[in-house]
Amino acid sequence: MSKSGSLISIQGLGKVYRVGEVHVEALRGVDLEVTAGEFVAICGPSGSGKSTLFHILGGLTPPSSGSVSIDGTDLAKMTDSGRTNMRKTKVGFVFQKYNLLPTLSARDNIAIARHIAGKPLEHDEWFAEVLDLLGISGRLDHKPRAMSGGEQQRVAIARAIVNHPAILLADEPTGNLDTKNSDTVLNVLRGLNERLGQTILMITHNPEAAAYGHRTVNMRDGQIVY
Amino acid sequence: MINKLVLENLKHRPVRTMLSIFAIAIEVTMILTLVGLSRGMLDESARRARGVGADIWIRPPGSSAISFSSAPMSEGLVRFFSEQPHVTVATGTIAQPIGGIDTVTGVDLEQFSRLSGGFRFLSGGPFQGQDDILVDERYAKQNGLKVGSYVKLLNKQWRISGIFESGKLARMVMPLRRLQELTGNTGKLTQIFVKLDDPKLTNDTLRLFKAKLPDYAIYSVEEFTSLFSVNNVPGLKQFIYVVILISVIVGFLVVFLSMYTAVLERTREIGILKSLGAGPGYILAILVRETLMLAAIGSLLGIALSYGTRWLILEFAGATLTAMVTPDWWPTTTLIAVAGAVMGALYPGWKAIKQDALEALSYE
Repeated sequence: MSKSGSLISIQGLGKVYRVGEVHVEALRGVDLEVTAGEFVAICGPSGSGKSTLFHILGGLTPPSSGSVSIDGTDLAKMTDSGRTNMRKTKVGFVFQKYNLLPTLSARDNIAIARHIAGKPLEHDEWFAEVLDLLGISGRLDHKPRAMSGGEQQRVAIARAIVNHPAILLADEPTGNLDTKNSDTVLNVLRGLNERLGQTILMITHNPEAAAYGHRTVNMRDGQIVY
Repeated sequence: MINKLVLENLKHRPVRTMLSIFAIAIEVTMILTLVGLSRGMLDESARRARGVGADIWIRPPGSSAISFSSAPMSEGLVRFFSEQPHVTVATGTIAQPIGGIDTVTGVDLEQFSRLSGGFRFLSGGPFQGQDDILVDERYAKQNGLKVGSYVKLLNKQWRISGIFESGKLARMVMPLRRLQELTGNTGKLTQIFVKLDDPKLTNDTLRLFKAKLPDYAIYSVEEFTSLFSVNNVPGLKQFIYVVILISVIVGFLVVFLSMYTAVLERTREIGILKSLGAGPGYILAILVRETLMLAAIGSLLGIALSYGTRWLILEFAGATLTAMVTPDWWPTTTLIAVAGAVMGALYPGWKAIKQDALEALSYE
């Protein structure tokens, strides 16, 4: 844990992208603390910087300035290879478009995350409980094309948490789903948070979805506005 | 797990997979067929040379063992060799190129029979007239000839008087005098065969002949047949190397294109793997294993196809061309295919490693 017992500690975070000759300031001094076991919704219009924040937290891109600490590890000081290693165990991603590997079954999509992390492919009892909670135990031998959007997203969630990550980053997890499937996925996320204590940060445009979290952080123009 | 992913990726794009495998297979078949053909031709020539039954083989001065020269030696030399100690038979033949690598051989049948025991006729028999010809079974089969059929050679029609078992001297044989006369080589020979009363005296006799005729190419039959190798055919080795190089380039280009397309097509999947924490080694391992699998299957198919090309050669050009199966070249061709394929996968692999995870994830 970083200072004040936060699992995630962000201070003065800035990110500048260079698009051709133009510098785009995506984040301008973001400060945020998230404690372990929290379920935080991050809302904001397109271009507000929430996805950039996620990508930095997930180690997909380095910060330009400020400090970001996850579970005591400072991302700002990490090399590419260090961030790659961090993604294996500390962070789990859930994307709007599910991002499952189309050629593998649901079971293998989950197993490959274990393999990349260098862990045995067989999961433990805890994970069997997670699969029941997600309601996909009977769909594990199907390939993504044979599954509904809701099922694919639940497989993506299973894959994201199979390595016990410190945080689960969900980027618009219900963006491609109908209301019924959205409710299912959001209930699953809340269940994971309540029953397993999984720390979750979720980007959403939808206030109803945001209401599933313990608190909502609003962003605008690269800053947190609360 | 990687193997499973590789296998599923290959199954996911069956046409591309099959095309890549087939291209690698053709690369392997090309090499194996060329080597098999070269060796087969040389082996067949050596077999026919051994079938003559001579102990010593004499060729004109300055000639190589493998050549299509006409008739630069004097017929008088036959008498010279006949009078040497321990010589039981000496006879000469004339070989006349008739286009491509085919030759027709002029033979004194009586003398040749004394030397070799004669041709074993499958149908018909020796020459009945001046314009008769003998052909071996392969030539007859390829050209659909029977005893009594006519074949046009040297601007003349020749009647087939006999078909003999392959493996002795030549494929087409005609009377020595007639061929000498027709080609303006009266009194001339291409080669002379000598049989001794005791084959153990071959080396001593060889030394004697060489001392008496130092300019002539004089070989024991073992020496002579050992010269039928790829190394002794001018340009053949270089030709094989050129074909191998072309094959490697073909394999390289096909795998390059296949893997490059695969990397582009799987940009998003590579992004997914990176988001899960897959490093450069993991991504590269997937592509390399996929390439190795293509190369391995392609090589096996290429080896199988080389049996097919051999069958085609023997079936449709067996009189002119002979091909062998060359298992000792299988590891070499497989290595060549693998090397070409791995080289072809290097740039796509590098591109995959260098791909930005964020850009890859947003790739549609």
